Amino acid sequence: MRLINKLLGRRDDRAPYSFFGGISPPAHKTRSLRSRLMPTPIPELLLLPLSQNREADAIPVVNVGERVLKFQLLAEPGEPQGTALHAPTSGRISSISMAPVTIESSSPRLCMHLQTDGVDAAIDVEAEADYRALGHLQLLEKIELAGICGLGGAGFATARKLSLSINQGVDLLIINAAECEPYISADEALLRERAVDVVSGADILQSISLAKRCVIAIAEDKEDAIETLVAALKTSSIELITLASKYPAGGEKQIIQAVSGMQTPSNQHPPSIGVLVHNVGTAYAVYRAVVCGEPCISRITTLTGAPLQTPKNFETLIGTPVSFLFDLCGIDSAIHTGSIVGGSLMGIKLLNLDVPVLKTSNCLIAMSASEFPAAAPELACIRCGYCATACPARLLPQQLYAFSRSQNHQQIEDHGLFDCIECGACAYVCPSSIPLVQYYRTSKQEIRQLQASQQQSLRWQTRFQQHQYRIKLQQEQIQHHKPVSIDMDSIDKQADSEETGQQATSEIPKASFSRELAQQEIADAVARVRARKSGVIASSNNNENGS
Amino acid sequence: MQLPIIASSYSQAIVAILVLAAVVGLCLQLRRFVALSLLRQSSLVDQVNRLLPQTQCGRCGFEGCRPYARAIIEGESINRCPPGGTATIIQLSRLLNELPQSLNPAVGKHQPPSVAVIREAECIGCTKCIQACPVDAILGAGKVMHTVLEQECTGCDLCVEPCPVDCIDMVELTPTQQPIWHLPNRLISPQNSLESAS
Repeated sequence: MRLINKLLGRRDDRAPYSFFGGISPPAHKTRSLRSRLMPTPIPELLLLPLSQNREADAIPVVNVGERVLKFQLLAEPGEPQGTALHAPTSGRISSISMAPVTIESSSPRLCMHLQTDGVDAAIDVEAEADYRALGHLQLLEKIELAGICGLGGAGFATARKLSLSINQGVDLLIINAAECEPYISADEALLRERAVDVVSGADILQSISLAKRCVIAIAEDKEDAIETLVAALKTSSIELITLASKYPAGGEKQIIQAVSGMQTPSNQHPPSIGVLVHNVGTAYAVYRAVVCGEPCISRITTLTGAPLQTPKNFETLIGTPVSFLFDLCGIDSAIHTGSIVGGSLMGIKLLNLDVPVLKTSNCLIAMSASEFPAAAPELACIRCGYCATACPARLLPQQLYAFSRSQNHQQIEDHGLFDCIECGACAYVCPSSIPLVQYYRTSKQEIRQLQASQQQSLRWQTRFQQHQYRIKLQQEQIQHHKPVSIDMDSIDKQADSEETGQQATSEIPKASFSRELAQQEIADAVARVRARKSGVIASSNNNENGS
Repeated sequence: MQLPIIASSYSQAIVAILVLAAVVGLCLQLRRFVALSLLRQSSLVDQVNRLLPQTQCGRCGFEGCRPYARAIIEGESINRCPPGGTATIIQLSRLLNELPQSLNPAVGKHQPPSVAVIREAECIGCTKCIQACPVDAILGAGKVMHTVLEQECTGCDLCVEPCPVDCIDMVELTPTQQPIWHLPNRLISPQNSLESAS
């Protein structure tokens, strides 16, 4: 039967949905799933970055020193891709200053420092029991006001994503519960305990995006979560699909391919093929925003790793420092060698434990030397081709590696570098332990910088040409009507004509403009400035000397 | 049924082959012509100009980047661009099949990218810097404070010299996006590979 299906190109009903390539690393999830989902106590200081993703900072609407209440709006988005920021608890804004956060790199970002008071007093929120009575644009507005961004990891503003997909028209909405990366169990913990809420959130997302079909896709090894989901989905039209449990099944393009069989074209977003993917965490945040009226002020974060005595899933307030959470879990600092935010394959190593939990931080791993040994030395590529069979984007990692080393930007782009999702499957299977993703990220960055500088020099070139054209026009004007009449706004022009006169020696007749007078004026001004400079502003003088 | 091209004798076969050769030859000529005309569209001057940094500073001794590009094609040396530095010289040497040379010390040193900043309190509004700016990146009018559009400033420092009150500073540009990723250090020495093998 299986063979017949294969020959006819039909799907085998019993086989889990899958995609090309991928790897099956040990999951390490049971450790953090032993205990229930727990809320965290309120730390003394919350660090709230004004931008949760790569976009520009949000604009603060509260002042330093102001007392704020839970759920109160702190900053509104500065651009359509941005997200609003709300107070996770009550307290006082002690400062708005730069602090290290973990967005791409550990570079400092502008953060609000919220000194909490422990009272947790909240402003009134309007709960909406019957969300089905609302129109889809009203629901969209609620999501936008709640400041929800993709809680799966990329942090793209959910309202923006939804409105883009409404414009393009979407047939299929996938709620991504694959959570394929090792160590992360936040989505599974959420589904185990709050599957009904997630299903309502998915329902809201479906009614906003006007998708005809909605599926929740989950990896087949999450048995507890599947059980609760099946129970929650009994009365719903939403389908449940079990995916093969391999990494990176939760990648956006991979989950679309597994569920629908369609491939997302290069350089395009899933809405272009009529598919929209949202994370389960996002669906839950949408439920909280619409049904409970609460903005996005917390998320579920997995704390795991051998140095933690009680690994857990926490419902964490946004802005909680990582060190606070590690202390809650009883960290054994003797064997703690480092920390990762995100999963073990795509996560970012933390250099500083004072960084806050962001809306995108799904997992915090405390590393130990036994679990995360130092990287083996990089050996030569032996062209075994394992990486090409593991690459879920069907690229040729060893070719990309060669072109990256030789900095052959044209070839590496032609080989689809920008389709690389940086999942790290190639580096995982590499027998020579080459840090392939690092090469790709370096090359991507080089190419982006080069493109930016090329654009800039093109702009400079255009401006130079325009400048020369203007000078030429002015020269012609001077030659044709002499003398140039001094009209209202031509002080600027006079100066120009004077200059062109100097440049083109004495061919061009001078404008009726007394140079002696102008020079006298300038000399006077110089004298005035010198006098003022030497007399009054000694301090600024010092600064200048310093610079 | 008789096929149209069946040689009944040797002479017919030879004629057929000659005709075929002529057609193929014509096609090849046409292709070459098209390729040449495409090449002519982006002339060598343009190609050289594209490699120059477009700061229009004139430190090479020419009035801007394009005049220097034209001079290079006419035989000027390729090592006269301080803002481009070694990187530009290497790219030019590749394009023109010349030996790369070190930067001509007569034109100055390579400096990191910078922008002009006017100390606005001291500006007297003489418009001299506005006239000097090759890319119209300075905003202002007579007897009114001037300011530099940082986005458009190429850092050519042509405005510094004409300023009568010396109120223009060249400020080194801190890159907005520092390189985060670097190629890994490949430390493969014989000892290293032996260690990993054992």
